Amino acid sequence: MSDQTVRAPQTVARTPRARSADEQAYLEVSDLHVHFPTQDGVVKAVQGLSYSLPLGRTLAIVGESGSGKSVSSMAVMGLHDRKSTKITGSIKVGGKEIVGMSERAMMSFRGADAAMIFQDPQSSLHPYFTIGDQIMESYRSHNRTSKKAAKERAIEMLDRVGIPNPKRRVDQYPHEFSGGMRQRAMIAMALVNDPKLLIADEPTTALDVTVQAQILDLIADLQRDFGSAVVFITHDLGVVAEIADDILVMYAGNAVEHGPVDKILGSPLHPYTWGLLESIPAVSGTPGPLHPIPGSPPSLLAMPSGCSFNPRCEFRERVKDDLCRTLRPDLIARTADTGRASRCHLHDPDRVFEAEVLPRLP
Amino acid sequence: MLFYILRRLASAISVVIVTLIASFALFFLAPTDPAGVICGNRCTPERIEAINDSLGLDEPAITQIGLYMKGIVVGRTYTTAGGVVTECPAPCLGYSYTLGQPVTKMLADALPVTLSIVLGGAVVYFGVGVLTGTLAAKNRGSTMDKVAVGTSLLVNSVPYFVVALLVALYATVFPPAQYTPLLTNPWAWASGLLAAWMTLGLTNAASYTRYSRASMIETLGQDYIRTARSKGISERRVVYRHGVRAGLTPVVTILGLDVAFQLTNAIFTESIFGLPGLGLLSIRAFYQYDLPVLMGTVLLGSVVLVLMNLVVDIVYTFLDPRVRLG
Repeated sequence: MSDQTVRAPQTVARTPRARSADEQAYLEVSDLHVHFPTQDGVVKAVQGLSYSLPLGRTLAIVGESGSGKSVSSMAVMGLHDRKSTKITGSIKVGGKEIVGMSERAMMSFRGADAAMIFQDPQSSLHPYFTIGDQIMESYRSHNRTSKKAAKERAIEMLDRVGIPNPKRRVDQYPHEFSGGMRQRAMIAMALVNDPKLLIADEPTTALDVTVQAQILDLIADLQRDFGSAVVFITHDLGVVAEIADDILVMYAGNAVEHGPVDKILGSPLHPYTWGLLESIPAVSGTPGPLHPIPGSPPSLLAMPSGCSFNPRCEFRERVKDDLCRTLRPDLIARTADTGRASRCHLHDPDRVFEAEVLPRLP
Repeated sequence: MLFYILRRLASAISVVIVTLIASFALFFLAPTDPAGVICGNRCTPERIEAINDSLGLDEPAITQIGLYMKGIVVGRTYTTAGGVVTECPAPCLGYSYTLGQPVTKMLADALPVTLSIVLGGAVVYFGVGVLTGTLAAKNRGSTMDKVAVGTSLLVNSVPYFVVALLVALYATVFPPAQYTPLLTNPWAWASGLLAAWMTLGLTNAASYTRYSRASMIETLGQDYIRTARSKGISERRVVYRHGVRAGLTPVVTILGLDVAFQLTNAIFTESIFGLPGLGLLSIRAFYQYDLPVLMGTVLLGSVVLVLMNLVVDIVYTFLDPRVRLG
């Protein structure tokens, strides 16, 4: 691993752009529930998620596999199968309500207002169509133009994402591209219609580390140029520190902590976030034992009562009246800092972090 | 590409030669009595010897194979005991023992019949199978899907010749089966073969429904299908452009090999419907010890099989850009 992904994240977290009060949210998710009815019961993948994101900002959604990061973002793109998914709540993108939108309206929304970059560019590009064809299809489904104009646009986009010799590359197939180039092509395809919202679902996970850094830089660059809102899904806190303005930590289908990147990586308030930070190995200093979170995430079919994290939480005995087991905490400000929220019953999480968690961070 | 085709042709020829030698050994060196077949019941030993001599059957086996192969390449001359000389131009596969006709001509007459049946049937089973398979995959778990899968299992579990027999006996909706060359009268050609096409087509469509359904289900679960959806194109375009393009490529490969394999089924189809193709020809030759004809059908069958293999491999390079020949 390169040092940028394993450096203790709190030391590199960039200072987020100041959030002005009049910034209007471009993406607004409120009380989102995504349920998959199955033969074994209802899988509650997302349960009451709310967050908002203005243009020009990057929100990183972090969490373990199965925490609902991808499922909630797929819902924003309307990519869930309507027949086998039950979605309630509200997702507003640029004022348009996505939940319950007709398939026809969804078609003109997808790819134009919002676009998505996927994890593995190898499997996310169609193997039998040329890169140019795939970008042109995206462009032409939202713009009435000739094939020639669309091809020029595709070449322009490939050039913009840093693919050398785009005139020749445009006619090549995905298998003729390297992994990093494929992800660049994916990004070109996603941005061809200037979407205001870009969702990147672990876009660097399948790439090797040097390429990872280039792709992160590219996304950051493009965001600055296009001024779009970016949702960046990852489980790599090193990547988060590089790219995000805000962090949303998800656990078992819900947000457990939300706030600016420097605050959350520097002085997190939720025991789950503490656990995530403690699980990152240090590359410098004396290597000590890691302190991973015990147990595994709960089954989405049978959630624990009270706080969903309580069976794995080492601090639950600190809370009076067994509240952690009986009452689900709200996502609210726990400290004087109102710009951040956490879903935890601890009344002094900042003190617990400083006194007990910080000293054992790797 | 050209080099590849040449190399493949060379290997195809060697396969055909091995088939030729093997079947020659099986047929001609077997304890059969061709001269007796030709001569009939009342036959003198002198006459049998004369026949053996004129057909070269008294030569050693290796010479016989040599003569046979020479006949295919440059033609062959037969001289009877009475001094009658018969020229058999290349490709000469000998003469039918029972009918006296050149085998090459018999094969040339029968091949269009069989090809008409096999290719026409292929159009039906590929079309029907792919359509129902794709629809079933798209609506996986629906009633339509269950009916398609159930029907295909049912159809597949009935032997083909039983179906063909039932159709021939009871399906009076079809025009009577007969063969008219396509160029003579296209309408008569199609209506005369309709019953055979439907039988061959609908029974095999069951397999193709399952191949395409399985392949399409796998394809529709791929990441690139999700990518296609995220572009904002219609679901129809996602399924029929992105899905079918990738999902049917392996099915096309099966089709290529299947067409060659269907030559075997032609034996049933042609026998039951009484169509004068290669199947009927080989069955008749088999019962009459008509070795040159039998040999000819086996040889032609192996050539078709090898050629279809080559065609599939070449077509595949056009279907899948990742495949390079060389």
